[in-house]
Amino acid sequence: MAFQEIKLYQTGTFVAGNRLLDPEQRSVQARTGRSNSITSGHRACRGCGEALGARYVLDAAMRATEGKLVAVNSTGCLEVFSTPYPESSWQLPWLHSLFGNGPAVAAGVAAALRAQGREDIRVVGQAGDGGTVDIGFGTLSGLFERNDDVLFVCYDNEGYMNTGVQRSGATPPAATTANTKALGDHPGNVFGQGKSVPLIAMAHEIPYVATATVAELRDLEYKVEKAMTFRGARYLHVFVPCPLGWGADSADTVRLARLAKETGLFPVFEAEGGTLTEVSRIRTQVPVEDYLRPQRRYAHLFGDHPRPDIVARLQAKADRNIVRFGLLPEGDE
Amino acid sequence: MLRQLEGSQAVARAVTLCRPQVIAAYPISPQTHIVESLSDRVRTGELEACEYMMVESEFGAMSACIGASGAGVRTYTATSSQGLLFMAEALFNASGLGLPIVMTVANRAIGAPINIWNDHSDAMSMRDSGWIQLYADSNQSAVDLHVQAYRLAESLSVPVMVCMDGFILTHAFEEVDLPEQEQVDAFLPRFRPQQALDPDDPLTIGAMVGPEAFAEVKYLMHVKQMAALDEIPMIADDFREAFGRASGGLLQPYRVEGAETVVVALGSVLGTIEDVVDTMRDEGVAVGVLGITCFRPWPVDEVREALRGAQRVVVVEKAFAVGAGGIVGQNVRDAVRGSPVQVYDVVAGLGGRPITRASLRGLLDDVLADRVDPGRLYFLDLDHELVQRELERARHGERPGPHAENMLRALGTVASGAYE
Ligand SMILES: Cc1ncc(C[n+]2csc(CCOP(=O)(O)OP(=O)(O)O)c2C)c(N)n1
Ligand code: SF4
Ligand SMILES: [Mg+2]
Repeated sequence: MAFQEIKLYQTGTFVAGNRLLDPEQRSVQARTGRSNSITSGHRACRGCGEALGARYVLDAAMRATEGKLVAVNSTGCLEVFSTPYPESSWQLPWLHSLFGNGPAVAAGVAAALRAQGREDIRVVGQAGDGGTVDIGFGTLSGLFERNDDVLFVCYDNEGYMNTGVQRSGATPPAATTANTKALGDHPGNVFGQGKSVPLIAMAHEIPYVATATVAELRDLEYKVEKAMTFRGARYLHVFVPCPLGWGADSADTVRLARLAKETGLFPVFEAEGGTLTEVSRIRTQVPVEDYLRPQRRYAHLFGDHPRPDIVARLQAKADRNIVRFGLLPEGDE
Repeated sequence: MLRQLEGSQAVARAVTLCRPQVIAAYPISPQTHIVESLSDRVRTGELEACEYMMVESEFGAMSACIGASGAGVRTYTATSSQGLLFMAEALFNASGLGLPIVMTVANRAIGAPINIWNDHSDAMSMRDSGWIQLYADSNQSAVDLHVQAYRLAESLSVPVMVCMDGFILTHAFEEVDLPEQEQVDAFLPRFRPQQALDPDDPLTIGAMVGPEAFAEVKYLMHVKQMAALDEIPMIADDFREAFGRASGGLLQPYRVEGAETVVVALGSVLGTIEDVVDTMRDEGVAVGVLGITCFRPWPVDEVREALRGAQRVVVVEKAFAVGAGGIVGQNVRDAVRGSPVQVYDVVAGLGGRPITRASLRGLLDDVLADRVDPGRLYFLDLDHELVQRELERARHGERPGPHAENMLRALGTVASGAYE
């Protein structure tokens, strides 16, 4: 390996190890030439999973497209903390229109690029879970069905954080939010059918669907780069803890993201053309309680009036994911 | 070239001549024929280098236009009625971002009760959305206004709505003079966007703005609309020079010289009103018409000037502000403020009810004979008996049910004579 000048940046997991790797194998964030698509100085909370996720996603996409990238952003924390007028954290062309229309705007950008014969420029759309699974869902489904050449990324922090932590269609059962407080007989969010947009995306049979967390950033970069090898609609659902909304320690963002995966609550997988192709297996299954306890949004399950019944239901949910997606190492199931 | 064409086909051809690069549309009557025809033209290659997006909703259509326009290409969409309302949030966004999108609104009533026929309540509900609004009075004017709309939109970087009466114009066959491609190409320069998403020059578009500059951004929107009041007549002049016919502009006065009574209206009803005016002028009655081609921005000085000699102004409009009064009427009142002229607010033609010459003549006779109270909103051809009967019924019934169904039943009874 030739001598390389190393510059250290504030980065995520596995980075130090990267320095020992051949330059080609290093993570995007470990490279001196990374694009810094979202610069430091933005207004996200300390330990914001969404800021971390967006940085890795966009820098990886920038590398994959050699800088020929346009980003479209729906309203939400990411949009607000990155563009407090007259400042902007974005070092790539970036357009924000509304809360519910990110996918359609991104599709319009892609159509314009195609009309101009500029398909070398690629489009990433990004939104929170609210902008994706709820208010933007119609336009997202339209984008999938038309197979527009857009990578749409959902940063899932399981609630409407920007408006003060209300429940979204992605808020898990039993979690308290500003409008699902621990009041009444059924504290926190209801137990519903759940709404897995990754699975719904797969039902559209689009070229590529993947889930990822900010605990495994190398995996996140890999999935972004892989997504950019496809043309057509691609969907990436990234699990991004929100210390403020979840009542968690800022230092626990990566740990909680890892626990979400290791409990089975958040299955990490890839699918092509509607068929599951890879699952990221769990080394040792962790009980959901380990994940729930550090978060104030679940405090009502443990305090003076503990609700082991509800914890058991959440455990059952995790166990079901493990069976359904085959999350344990082969032979362990 | 003169051709006998359906209004929608004529507009689709005019739009094709303007070479939009992205069209995103969602079907709704009476806009459908326009976008169907454009889809054909993209498929056959007549409209080259254009992407036609089959979006999932009008909200998606306007949003896709926002994305495409933000990426620096000429965009087009069309809608009507419920579709325009479904776009509402995105309309304000497009104008706030200063994106020069052109849209046809095939004017149609808004439900409930659901109704597919023509009036202006759709476009009027969006009068303050920051879009320029031009109203066509004929299919020829619809064709010409689209060509002018692109020039206007792109010169100021503002979105423009071309309103044409649903069915009355969109589905009517009329002789239309369609411009040649070379003429349009010469009139409408290549689109040079004022802002575009470009990796070589990355811009942040759509940043959050707080109290420190929000008013200033909005003020600039207003300044641009005021600039349109100068731009629109200049474009109309250029158009006349290039195409050899007068079209567009802010206002369309007809026989207003020496008129003591002036009718103000928008859209296709102007033709009928002009006929009535001709008859009355022949009888020696001093009446005229002021057609409003540009309703937003509101040409307040030009309207004041045009109405200077009038004693009575009768505003006939196909929409109204429920619980308040006339919409165009309010704007007209603003224009003539301080002068002794009487302004009459007349609501007519709602939900497709024909505005006939006889009704208009009756209205003007009543106005001239002081039988109409200028202080009150006046509904032309309202079936007072039907309304009274329903009010009466509602007053006595325990659970009177929906008005619309009751009134229809009442009408059916009257028509068939089968009951009572
Ligand atoms: C039409 C509309 N409804 C509501 C809002 C208010 N609003 C802005 S952001 C937001 C929640 C965003 O949640 P999410 O998409 O999950 O992003 P997050 O802030 O959690 O990252 C809401 C409700 C809005 N801007 N527009
Ligand atoms: S509220 Fe949550 S998502 Fe929003 S900036 Fe703070 S940590 Fe990030
Ligand atoms: Mg969220």
